[in-house]
Amino acid sequence: MMTRPGLDHPRLVREVPLLQARGLCRRYGAITAIDGVDVSVYRGEVLGIVGESGSGKSTVLRLLNLEEPADAGTYYLDLPGYADQNLFTMDRYYRRQIQIRHIGIVYQNPYLGLRMRHTSSGNVAERLIMAGERNFATLRQAARGALSASEFPLERMDDLPIRLSGGMQQRVQLARALALRPMLLLLDEPTTGLDVSVQALVLDTLARIQRELQIATVIVSHDLGVIRALADRVMVMRHGRVIEHGLTDQILEDPQEAYTQQLVYAKL
Amino acid sequence: MRLQQLAHPRHDYSYAFLDEFAKRELRRRILKAIAIPGYQVPYASRELPMARGWGTGGLQVTLAAVGPTDTVKVIDQGADDSVNAANLRRFIARMAGVQTTTDTLAATIIQSRHRIPEERLREGQLLVLQVPVPEPLTHVEPSVTRARQMHADADYALIWLELHEQLVRYRTFTGGADYPVVVYGRYLMAPSPIPRWDTPMLHQAAHLTLLSAGREKRLYAVPPYTDVRPIEFEDVHFQVESQAGRVCAQTGAVNRFMNEVPQPDGSSRYILSDTGYAAKLVRRTQGEVVEIGATYYDEQGRFYHTEFLHHDD
Repeated sequence: MMTRPGLDHPRLVREVPLLQARGLCRRYGAITAIDGVDVSVYRGEVLGIVGESGSGKSTVLRLLNLEEPADAGTYYLDLPGYADQNLFTMDRYYRRQIQIRHIGIVYQNPYLGLRMRHTSSGNVAERLIMAGERNFATLRQAARGALSASEFPLERMDDLPIRLSGGMQQRVQLARALALRPMLLLLDEPTTGLDVSVQALVLDTLARIQRELQIATVIVSHDLGVIRALADRVMVMRHGRVIEHGLTDQILEDPQEAYTQQLVYAKL
Repeated sequence: MRLQQLAHPRHDYSYAFLDEFAKRELRRRILKAIAIPGYQVPYASRELPMARGWGTGGLQVTLAAVGPTDTVKVIDQGADDSVNAANLRRFIARMAGVQTTTDTLAATIIQSRHRIPEERLREGQLLVLQVPVPEPLTHVEPSVTRARQMHADADYALIWLELHEQLVRYRTFTGGADYPVVVYGRYLMAPSPIPRWDTPMLHQAAHLTLLSAGREKRLYAVPPYTDVRPIEFEDVHFQVESQAGRVCAQTGAVNRFMNEVPQPDGSSRYILSDTGYAAKLVRRTQGEVVEIGATYYDEQGRFYHTEFLHHDD
């Protein structure tokens, strides 16, 4: 077949999204946390999810991280060997393998993502150990590499996370999430709770890593500044549903829904 | 013919103390444990005239396995003459009518707490180890449910993470007795609190090892000629306790597992931990003809499976 580079379809049309989730539902007893949410993310793209507290943002992220079962919905990751398998119905063992090797997550609360009684380097090395690495020198080197990539001061790599500042804890989480070069990075309010100057530094690091690794990213935040700085595309959630969805500039400059308008202008 | 003539004469106890149902259950559990090396098989730990935690697990296995032609040796941290070992030996002898011995070579069943004899066990011998904590993941995963799931998935990352932490903090493995091993490349196993010196003795051993925890109601096995590997990194290896420079004050033996005996002046003397072996060495120096078996470690401290231990200190 002849290829005519000039006449190819645009990349977004040619490519299959890395992440395709359809009709996600999750109920906790009588409470419906999310109800029919669709998410798709392409390689190298950053998807922002905004919304008020309790709108289901973090639940979406927990489902995408395979931490919880979904009550309904399908979830496909375009990974070699797994492309046509719904991850929600997959065997627990393989689901965990995918979670370890292909998905990285940074939580708002570092206590969820880090072992506070283990060293920072150990926290990063754990991901490699889980993937089967049994060489101590390799583990040390990988931990050093991942920590320096997330701009963590290396002289403190053997300190316990409990003795680190909030910004450093987030950097350890980031290094841990990226230690195995995952396909998908999930960020759950990564800079909330940090003071503004540290927040800016962590955002810089996130933006640089995203640019360098071209990793598909989902970032959840109620801070529109963070979304504006990082996201290519934005989903606005309310009461467990997606109410508006589009390019970041489009949503933030010209919001259509009344709720989104409130959100955007409240920020300004 | 009357029913009374067909029945056994009445006894106060059944043979080997446990009733036949209990022994049958135990034997079936033992067979399952042997079929799945290193897997912890639950069993109904019976009441014995002894407190849980004093070797009831080992005792039940011994009683289920023992027969009138067996010869039993019982040791407690290498010693045949400690109170616990002596009581267990007397109880087994009384209830099963077996011969007892302190000679490793003469025994068919060896029940032990926290040691494996220095002389190599051979095919057909049975080593029963008493186990306080059968779950090797207890220290890294307090939840029993999660630990069982980790066993099912062969997901032992946490125990290697623990090794990593030890190396980062102390530059050496800090695990002492009860050093976790992987059996047959599959299950992580607590080898009972035997010193690291004894851990390699389980690897490709000619004898059958049964480990049983009476209080925790779990038993597991290392069948003969099964791979047993202590956990280690590819580049940082498991080490046994160095016995270098220690000479037994009674027998002059070297490169055996020694007990330290503190002296009034603050110094230390060392004597062999394995008293049965020590007694035989003493009798030989007194001119008796004593058969002493090949040992796991030679006089230079080399393990009999060469290549198994790495000496990279």
